[in-house]
Amino acid sequence: MRDVIFRILFVWYPYFCLTTFIIGSLIRFDRDQYSWKASSSQMLRKRQLYWGSNLFHFGILFLVFGHTVGLLTPTSVYTLVMTVPQKQLIAVIAGGIAGIACFVGLTLLLHRRLFDARIRQTSTAMDIAVLLILWVQLILGLITLPFSLGHRDGSAMLTLSHWAQGIVTLAPVDPTTLQGLEWPFLAHLVLGMTIFLVFPFSRLVHIWSAPVWYLGRRGYQVVRTRKPLTSSGARRPMKPAE
Amino acid sequence: MKVRAQIAMVLNLDKCIGCHTCSVTCKNVWTSREGMEYAWFNNVETKPGIGYPKEWENQDRWNGGWKRKRNGKIEPKIGGKWRILANIFANPDLPELDDYYEPFTFDYEHLQKAPELQAFPTARPRSLVSGERMEKIEWGPNWEEILGGEFSKRSADVNFEGVQKEIYGQFENTFMMYLPRLCEHCLNPTCVASCPSGAIYKREEDGIVLIDQDKCRGWRMCVSGCPYKKIYFNWSSGKSEKCIFCYPRIEAGQPTVCSETCVGRIRYLGVVLYDADRIEEAASAPDEKDLYEAQLGLFLDPSDPSVIAQARADGVPDAWLEAARKSPIWKMAMEWKVAFPLHPEYRTLPMVWYVPPLSPITAAAEAGKMGIDGAMPDVRSLRIPLKYLANLLTAGDEKPVATGLERMLAMRAYMRAKTIDGVIDEAIAQKVGLTGQQIEEMYHIMAIANYEDRFVIPTTHREVTEDAYELRGQCGFTFGDGCMPSDNKVNLFGGVKLKNDRKKVEA
Repeated sequence: MRDVIFRILFVWYPYFCLTTFIIGSLIRFDRDQYSWKASSSQMLRKRQLYWGSNLFHFGILFLVFGHTVGLLTPTSVYTLVMTVPQKQLIAVIAGGIAGIACFVGLTLLLHRRLFDARIRQTSTAMDIAVLLILWVQLILGLITLPFSLGHRDGSAMLTLSHWAQGIVTLAPVDPTTLQGLEWPFLAHLVLGMTIFLVFPFSRLVHIWSAPVWYLGRRGYQVVRTRKPLTSSGARRPMKPAE
Repeated sequence: MKVRAQIAMVLNLDKCIGCHTCSVTCKNVWTSREGMEYAWFNNVETKPGIGYPKEWENQDRWNGGWKRKRNGKIEPKIGGKWRILANIFANPDLPELDDYYEPFTFDYEHLQKAPELQAFPTARPRSLVSGERMEKIEWGPNWEEILGGEFSKRSADVNFEGVQKEIYGQFENTFMMYLPRLCEHCLNPTCVASCPSGAIYKREEDGIVLIDQDKCRGWRMCVSGCPYKKIYFNWSSGKSEKCIFCYPRIEAGQPTVCSETCVGRIRYLGVVLYDADRIEEAASAPDEKDLYEAQLGLFLDPSDPSVIAQARADGVPDAWLEAARKSPIWKMAMEWKVAFPLHPEYRTLPMVWYVPPLSPITAAAEAGKMGIDGAMPDVRSLRIPLKYLANLLTAGDEKPVATGLERMLAMRAYMRAKTIDGVIDEAIAQKVGLTGQQIEEMYHIMAIANYEDRFVIPTTHREVTEDAYELRGQCGFTFGDGCMPSDNKVNLFGGVKLKNDRKKVEA
């Protein structure tokens, strides 16, 4: 039974979530761009937003970057410059600092969203749910830190990165290898995958639209021109019956 | 030279009576929706005053518009592209709802449903955002109407710069004017420049600045970028919205709603040709006081054969060139020079211009202490200080505004001589650098202001750019969910479902 649950949670569920994440995002981008937005509430209330939003966003950007690089870099690559325990120590310290910054920010944002009447009344259920999920996920992540330090040799980190690499290379590892991990790791994994699952149905889609292309815009102004139909060659072919 | 055409507007403030018909009809048509209750694409302010949102003209506070850097280049005052992106999580220059006002309604139902009481039931205010009771309304969309509020607060108006403002707080010396405001549809818009998504654009064919609602991601930098604070963040849709210059009407050759319904007939719409290649150069003029002249230098004479040839080469339709030759905007801005841009010092090259208002002559002038030059009073003896108007319209340069006011006074004197005394006094016209014939035309356009003289709008040739066959059976304006009404469809992606305001209020 335990094996079956692990197989469902750590082999099937990740693919279910990733598929929903990608296909759902594509469908929403194609069908419903009017709903594709960051949903900022700054205009309604500035209070707590400067520290809350900046700490949260910079923190979580660092964490996402750290998780991606940390989990997906093959062991054989990073062992060229550092040992596994060294890498774990770097991950725990850097992740811990970013995690605490992010936690402070997110707590401010969550407090603001729940207890400011203006924002509470104009929030959707999903707006609140996303913040709560991230908040719990962040706490779970922070709880794993002492457990990681408990594995001096970095074995938990290795197990997790092998699992993640197996998922993205479409060669999932045997889920029973995860059975030795403590509960915060497993809960953090499952909730993490759930974030991918709700992603296309929430305001999180604004991450896809991070406007980095702005830096490459030539000049500042944008002008749209209407091209005459005849020049584009896109004219509808006339059928004899019309 | 690259010739482009724009539908521009002129508002003759001399005739504005501050009735707010423009604001109300605009609101009824475009912003009577959840999320936009606080937004007025068109609003009328009483000046002097800090306006809506509070102190919008104070760019030390809001950082709107452009700044000229040491190297002569211009960049948005909120910062260059890197800086704008760095501030994207919490925009330090964004007004809060309270800087506009918290929109409210009243518990009207209580008036009908109240049980028998000792006192008359009242309809108390309630927030349209949170639905909560508002004990006291502290600010509204037109709080300073007809000099409402203390002078000490109203005099924070930055147009008082360089004016000894204390005396205007006294009842005997007070002055006021109305300023209807809408999006300026600038040639060098800061909102467009500061939009990280590239969702805001200027239309090449008529110069109207629009926000692509599908492309807007709600980064809200445009709200800060616009120095006129004429971009509004819709808290319900999470997107920015702005005055669309009633483009569906303009395309059909009709005036905007605000212009159509203006009872004072103060609004004019017409085509102006401009040189798109020299926009940046004009907006970068070293001295702020040169910006008005620099913008005039961009406008192209529609009767000049070389301009006509280039315009045709650049795809401006002949009907538009014809309209440009009859444009009331061209006449007022270029020929008579009685219309001026609003705050040219923002370097946005605005395209909604204003004819400054005349005002009664001061008591001092009446008592003979100040100059009355024959039949015409000195414009410096008018109640509204020339410097104040110059700060509003020409970056503080008094001379062009003085000339404009003198020409309007001359028009009155000339027409009075003609109609009352039956004398054609060419000398009056010559004194202000015009001819009698020009004054008669000014009178016809500015005083009589017939519909067809005020609005010279060529239709847009959509038939050559859009295949109407593809559009058959489609919906017009929707909230992004096809032809479904937005309030009763389950939307998987959490699109806007307009809540029922009544439910909120009853709760």
